[in-house]
Amino acid sequence: MSPSPNPTTSAVPLPSPIVETRNLHLWYGTTPALRGVSLSIREKVVTAFIGPSGCGKSTLLRCFNRMNDLIDRVRIEGECLIGGENIYAPEIDVIELRKRVGMVFQRSNPFPKSIFENIAYGCRLQGLKDRHELHDIVERSLRGAALWDEVKDRLHESALSLSGGQQQRLCIARAIAIQPEIILMDEPASALDPIATARVEELILELKRDYTIVIVTHNMQQATRISDYTAFFYLGELIEYNETNRIFTNPAIKRTEDYVTGRFG
Amino acid sequence: MTHGQNSSRRTAGWAGIHRGHRARVGERLAEIGIFTVSFSAIALIFLIFLFVGREAWPILIQSDSVNSAAVQNVIPSGDLPKLSREQIRAYLGIDAAQLARMDSETIRDLMLVREEAFASLPQSLQMDPDARRNTVRWPLMIPPHQWAGYSRPEFIWQPIGEIHKYNIVPLLVGSLKTTLIGLAFAVPFALGAAIYVSQIARPRLREWLKPGVELLSGIPSVVMGSFALIVMATVMQQLFGYETRLNAFVAGIALGLAVIPLVFSIAEDALTSVPRSFTQAALALGASEWQAAWQIVLPAALPGVFAGVVLGFGRAVGETMIVLLVCSASVMSWSIFDSARSITTTIAAEMAEAVTGSHHYRVLFLLGTILFAVTFVTNLLGDIFIHRLKGRLEGKR
Repeated sequence: MSPSPNPTTSAVPLPSPIVETRNLHLWYGTTPALRGVSLSIREKVVTAFIGPSGCGKSTLLRCFNRMNDLIDRVRIEGECLIGGENIYAPEIDVIELRKRVGMVFQRSNPFPKSIFENIAYGCRLQGLKDRHELHDIVERSLRGAALWDEVKDRLHESALSLSGGQQQRLCIARAIAIQPEIILMDEPASALDPIATARVEELILELKRDYTIVIVTHNMQQATRISDYTAFFYLGELIEYNETNRIFTNPAIKRTEDYVTGRFG
Repeated sequence: MTHGQNSSRRTAGWAGIHRGHRARVGERLAEIGIFTVSFSAIALIFLIFLFVGREAWPILIQSDSVNSAAVQNVIPSGDLPKLSREQIRAYLGIDAAQLARMDSETIRDLMLVREEAFASLPQSLQMDPDARRNTVRWPLMIPPHQWAGYSRPEFIWQPIGEIHKYNIVPLLVGSLKTTLIGLAFAVPFALGAAIYVSQIARPRLREWLKPGVELLSGIPSVVMGSFALIVMATVMQQLFGYETRLNAFVAGIALGLAVIPLVFSIAEDALTSVPRSFTQAALALGASEWQAAWQIVLPAALPGVFAGVVLGFGRAVGETMIVLLVCSASVMSWSIFDSARSITTTIAAEMAEAVTGSHHYRVLFLLGTILFAVTFVTNLLGDIFIHRLKGRLEGKR
């Protein structure tokens, strides 16, 4: 796979890009939301998308598991490759894609079911019925999301009885239960208090050993704390993409500097 | 900022009343107003129940003042001097005040009328033991009774005739049959449509479908009933080949058609109000849209959906015109392909010809009371169930 010709993707390391977009355009009706984004994301690192509201960072994130398909009148041009396959090709099974690309949303959204059923749902969708196996997966996922010790005695209580931070970690556990390759996180900590946020951040750092994580965040400190690479978007364009410390300490482009130093946004 | 402070200081002293306090007085009045309105709505319903119940009361307590026997006990008018005032009062079925206004001549005349009425009855009736029974007694209104000329005990509703047969079981069964058929038909359709419209259909299609189905609820039931009577009955008889053209099945399906928009509308609202984030979470885990709708959204919306079904039951039980038009023979049969006469139909058809205060009139009000009680209990149980369901969904147990 040849690196895409894009002047702004400066010095992005070559080894194993797992997600790659080539000149990706997206319109909501007639309004452009992405204007020719080309970037490649490395495996098993945390990549943060930053930028002011409406810059297209969430839209791009949702392209990776085709959640934009749900919105009416969305038009997409260009290529988006995951593991070398164009996920917008007609032969791609969206459901298979979403098993490989998990997602955690801005607001925690556990199903109004028990904690156990929340985690097991993804596996049940794949036809897994064996109770012991499900239990193993639930335990492994909850441990993975650092939630096991808090909920192990009440797996069959409603997930909605958990606190906000616990609910969000439950959603992360639910996402990793089906062992995706990539986890997309859309501002996963923006609705949480500082302590819960810290726990989710720790968790993200844990998870990057096994998963590729792409995270959208409004919180620049958060981006510096957890991400290895950062992409800055503005008005639907990828302005700058580089290692996180470079973006925050020595950005190549003036607009990036203005944003990360808080001069606008 | 300073301007705001100035103006608030100015209004604070207005007419000696602090502005914030004045606003609270307004709120208090509004609160009282709303309370009055809502309370009177509840009180009105209670009063209606009281009214219906009062008319049925003498039968409910099995008072002697209601006697529907075709052949009344006759005391010769010559025996008048031997009777106490209480005996006269009970015999003529009048109250003490009425009796006080009558002189003995009038009383004698009334007793003569009774004697003549008895004498004018056909001999067969005078001999019939059933003719002397008060038919508004529970043993004749609920269990089957072997009437003269019948080979076995039967449930019979036959209020007009020499002997008034008031067995209410055929009517209860009629209501139950048509309602259950209606719900069994309506709920799957309404629910399927609600899931499709709220979860699967594209927004533009939804904008057409939802008002379209809800428009159906605007069809007057008399129109729906006529359609069922003339068109549906024939078509369905040809389709299923049963014997009685007008039966509970046709009535039930027509009822179902009338109930679909109601159940649909409420279920659709309940499904739509389930946060979209549940669906998104399910889809992101690799569920299809149907799986997300069926496995995640529907269980979350179940309290609302069930509320729709309970309301649909109330509508179906209370619906009068459709069953009245389609079928109204009060036969006692559990077969859905036999005719049925529902409680509401009976009241509508017979109330106009029942003499106010007569036993027939009171039995009809008894039916009204039963209907009231059934809908009340159904709604109450439904509410309790919904409450529990909600508690479980919200993790409160």
